[in-house]
Amino acid sequence: MISILWTFLIIIGIVYSLITGNIEVINNSILTNAGKALELILSLLPTIVLWSGIMKIAEDAGVLTKFASFLKPILSKLFPSVPSNHPSLGYIASNIAANMLGLGSAATPFGLKAMSELQKINSKKDTASNAMITFLVLNTAGVTIIPTTIIALRLAYGSSSPTAIIAPAVISTSCSCISAIVIDYFIRRGKK
Amino acid sequence: MKIFSIIVIPIFILFVVLYGFRKKIDIYSSFLNGAKDGLKTVYNIFPAVLAMVFAVNIFLDSNVLLFLLKPITKVLNLPQEILPMAFLRPISGTASLTIMTNIFEIYGPDSYPGFLSSVIQGCTDTTIYVLALYYSSIKVSKTRYTLFVGLMADLVGLIMAFILTNIFF
Repeated sequence: MISILWTFLIIIGIVYSLITGNIEVINNSILTNAGKALELILSLLPTIVLWSGIMKIAEDAGVLTKFASFLKPILSKLFPSVPSNHPSLGYIASNIAANMLGLGSAATPFGLKAMSELQKINSKKDTASNAMITFLVLNTAGVTIIPTTIIALRLAYGSSSPTAIIAPAVISTSCSCISAIVIDYFIRRGKK
Repeated sequence: MKIFSIIVIPIFILFVVLYGFRKKIDIYSSFLNGAKDGLKTVYNIFPAVLAMVFAVNIFLDSNVLLFLLKPITKVLNLPQEILPMAFLRPISGTASLTIMTNIFEIYGPDSYPGFLSSVIQGCTDTTIYVLALYYSSIKVSKTRYTLFVGLMADLVGLIMAFILTNIFF
């Protein structure tokens, strides 16, 4: 899918500028783009390294497990079709906790494990179960407390208040998360 | 609200360090191990970032968006980069991040478009990408209403980002 998007962006861009006679701009753009990518990654590098360090402390100290155990009782209410002692709930809690802490790369293995556990109790193997849908919409609409990448880039581009966006981002993502739960609940109830 | 944005990072780091100290783990070497992993992450994502920056910038510099979206952005009074950023966000986080940095470059991160694009990037997710990855891992092809709910939630986030930026900014 990313591959299609990538191809599409390049073809449309070049063909459109050929048609409009804008090709000189595109030529310059191609020559300078790689440099821009390097600039981007260099402005992200210190932040990624710093936060990976901080988050490793959190992981080694068991903050993630603690956080997950807080979430577990709330989560089991959202998954009425999953038995309350089922292993998938633990993975789901860890995945959501890791996402909240901004540990994207730690979250994915938990998430994939949760999916394979949910698949074991799924009656139709090629069709998504209600629990899977609830889990994935929670995952994609989940709250991230500290959006480190964005803060790093704001800083790199000379923002005087790089963290000012945290409060509005947390509030909007909470609204998005709540609406995901509500919409999912009503669709599920409507289909019974 | 301003206070919250300022204290959340120091408080979080204080909490993590204190927690680690109480659990008697070797905080310093944990940090170094993590930092080393972070360096590897940067190394691993660089080719993908370069690929996306390359393609997205060709697309943006061709001005095709100006042609496609001018009527809509004029009506909503938005900078022309915001809508394509919102469209690309569910598919590729790097693509929308590239547009965000373009906005920073043109208007500055503390401008209205800079603030709005930061909040949008922060409150939405790569929904389509995540669904494709998770469902394909267990070979589920009939995903029913997952995409609908996921994108609706992102839309709510988008609208909230717009409202809150107008309040906070």
